[in-house]
Amino acid sequence: MEYIDRGHVQKKMRTRLLLNKVFKYLFLAATLFGLVFLAILITRVFIDSIGWLDFSFLTNRLSFNPEIAGIKGAAAGTLWLMVIVGPVTMTLGVGTAIYLEEYAKKGRLHSFIQTNISNLAGVPSIVFGLLGLTVFVRVLGFGSSIIAGGLTMSLLVLPIVVVAAQEAIRSVPGFLREASYGMGATKWQTIKKVVLPAAIPGILTGMILALSRAIGETAPLVALGIPALIIPVPGSIFDNFTALPMQVYYWTIDSALTAEYLNLAAATIIVLLVVLFLMNSVAIIIRNKFQKRY
Amino acid sequence: MSSLTSFDPEESKEKNENQSPTITKDRPKAPVYQTKALNLWYGQTHALKDINLPIFENEVTAIIGPSGCGKSTYIKTLNRMVEMVESVKISGEILYRDKNIFDKNYRVEELRTRVGMVFQKPNPFPKTIFENVAYGPKVHGIRDKKLLKQIVENSLKGAAIWEEVKDRLHENAYGLSGGQQQRLCIARCLAIEPDVILMDEPTSALDPKSTLKVEELVQELKKNYSIVIVTHNMQQAARISDKTAFFLNGEVVENEKTDFIFSTPNDNRTEDYISGRFG
Repeated sequence: MEYIDRGHVQKKMRTRLLLNKVFKYLFLAATLFGLVFLAILITRVFIDSIGWLDFSFLTNRLSFNPEIAGIKGAAAGTLWLMVIVGPVTMTLGVGTAIYLEEYAKKGRLHSFIQTNISNLAGVPSIVFGLLGLTVFVRVLGFGSSIIAGGLTMSLLVLPIVVVAAQEAIRSVPGFLREASYGMGATKWQTIKKVVLPAAIPGILTGMILALSRAIGETAPLVALGIPALIIPVPGSIFDNFTALPMQVYYWTIDSALTAEYLNLAAATIIVLLVVLFLMNSVAIIIRNKFQKRY
Repeated sequence: MSSLTSFDPEESKEKNENQSPTITKDRPKAPVYQTKALNLWYGQTHALKDINLPIFENEVTAIIGPSGCGKSTYIKTLNRMVEMVESVKISGEILYRDKNIFDKNYRVEELRTRVGMVFQKPNPFPKTIFENVAYGPKVHGIRDKKLLKQIVENSLKGAAIWEEVKDRLHENAYGLSGGQQQRLCIARCLAIEPDVILMDEPTSALDPKSTLKVEELVQELKKNYSIVIVTHNMQQAARISDKTAFFLNGEVVENEKTDFIFSTPNDNRTEDYISGRFG
């Protein structure tokens, strides 16, 4: 006795296969949607920047005259920001991760801190900007200086580093820790000699992703009141500065007055994108090169 | 060596010849460890119940029993590694060289300098062979390069792996085979010059040939060290140990000379277990 009616199966077969195809193309379309718009965006920016992006654009200072205006100041400002953000987030972020993963007792306080770190990652960047404005610019009196901008950015990207470092530390197998403790090593010796060396690729990847986020962020800088026009190149962390995304922002706004500013903004975007692309590549290379071999 | 084993008699003979007749079972030995009324809980689970067990100098003490009987927990309690599990609660005493290791002022790092451990799965560091063995001495503050070199060589010789690795000391330890890795871990353990070596199923991840090598090594090592070995393998216990403790459901059912346990055990449960009726 047969339970399955072959004729019925045959009849349904075409619809099933058709539906299979429909969904395949539906998902493909979903993928392409984002890609196509990204491509359009980049092409437009690229076309706008043609003729404007050259070596002198990178080395010239800011100017009202679009022909000779460059991004030396903004690029230097961005570099200076990284000088603050890098070490600050590295120390605070990795320190926090080590404490939470290795020292802290798992309990209510631990999960409270953990939840809030995740929450912090979701706080809009403008809020961090306002916090920076209150604490660093006004209360501590740093003004709209590099140190104020750098510390604000550090707070903004700190959760990224903490979470990445935590994951890296957690993925160091327990048997390596056991081996170290089993020989009478202290916790700190174990962390220094076993855990951190094994976790470093993950930590570095997180660091680079955090830095590339910090390079692109604009909102907090707007809130801090980073000025539009800074002609001199900053020389110390207490100088006023502007950064690449701020430059894009102001040039785009002012393009209503001077049309060529739009081209300058496009050229700056290309520079930013290239830097971000390079940083992400480094992150990927590090990840692949130090792939775990346990 | 027990006559009850399924061990290849020829191999066994060879081994007996190699063994120096230094250890006589009749001479009274000093206990290295004394466990008194030890109870241990993982959260609500009562994992070790009222354990009383002496462990003697220059002997191999085997701990046998079915899975989940607490034998691994017990050996990890001897160097307090068990405390890495957060929900652990312990009562009772373990005296190591007459000092209670659970004393408030007792430094666990100091204990682990005297009590080395070899784990179930070979766990070398992802470092060079040299760095693996030098890790312990370095942790304890030895910086002198010459001295470190000497320690590494001696330890590797002690673990019978020197000949195999002497030309590749600066290669990554992960290039070694599983059996070699385990002997490297034993060498690493010897490098801290321990008094006691705890072995938690050291051969369960190894092939028969590597297992044999480790067993031979254990026989060698007991001349200078006291060894506690947890094993699933009863033949192994019979082959290499002097005393055997049989654990069941967190209790010590019997603790006797190995020959005795494997020929005329006192308790029916021991007999059932060693004759393969359960476990």
